[in-house]
Amino acid sequence: MALQIEKRGKSVDEAIKNALDELNCTIEDVIIDVLEEPSKGLLGIVKRPAIIKVTLREKPEDNALRVVQELLAKMNINYEIDKVEVKDNQVRINFTGKDMGLLIGYRGETLNALQFLAGLIINKNKEERINLTLDVEDYRKKKEESLEALAIRLSNKVKETRKNVIMRPMNSQERRVVHTVLQGDPNVSTYSMGDEPNRKVVIAFKK
Amino acid sequence: MKELVEYIAKSLVDSPDEVEVTEIEGERSIIIELRVAADDMGKVIGKQGKIAKSIRTLTRARATKEGKRVVVEILR
Repeated sequence: MALQIEKRGKSVDEAIKNALDELNCTIEDVIIDVLEEPSKGLLGIVKRPAIIKVTLREKPEDNALRVVQELLAKMNINYEIDKVEVKDNQVRINFTGKDMGLLIGYRGETLNALQFLAGLIINKNKEERINLTLDVEDYRKKKEESLEALAIRLSNKVKETRKNVIMRPMNSQERRVVHTVLQGDPNVSTYSMGDEPNRKVVIAFKK
Repeated sequence: MKELVEYIAKSLVDSPDEVEVTEIEGERSIIIELRVAADDMGKVIGKQGKIAKSIRTLTRARATKEGKRVVVEILR
């Protein structure tokens, strides 16, 4: 798990400085717990030093990678990590390799199951949620880009005709792509209607 | 196979010490029995069985490589 060290110093500040020097990082990278305040005896001589516990804050992508690699190893899948992209709370891992057909599965069900379980595991007991996307040879990315292009085309149609457009039923990830790409558009708004698995995005004209 | 189910279950439940996994391997099929604490049943089954279904999907991918069928049973 996350790296933890204990440090002593004449003052809490000194102990923190020692710890940061040893871990070679800045104060933003760690969580500090003061275990014992220093106490001074007569003549300002330090009787007891300050003791602190310093925990290295793990980067979200490190934790995500560890969980995903652990799962893939236990699934006995041959893979290579092509790239890891991090944007805000979004972590995207792209794989290549010999077993990619097996990793994707029938209609992507294995990749989706892996993404779902890994997401649950890394977000368990965490305050800040991270959004994990697993991809194979940019398969999802290409699909996402074509969906964005479609959303923009349809929004132009809405602006021309001033009539709302209802898109085909899509899952939550696909719907999010549409909402996000049209979010900044002052002339259209988007919302979803209907129930899963038939929930659809509506692109509406904004007067 | 057992390690895969065990890792997933222990990572999801609140009482990982009570996770118990047994594996019965036959010539053509594997049976995995997963036992968790009563309070943790929901954590390995999920809404509409979504978690259980995902666990089965991942074990199936692994079993495919070995040319076997796999059954994951969740017991209490």
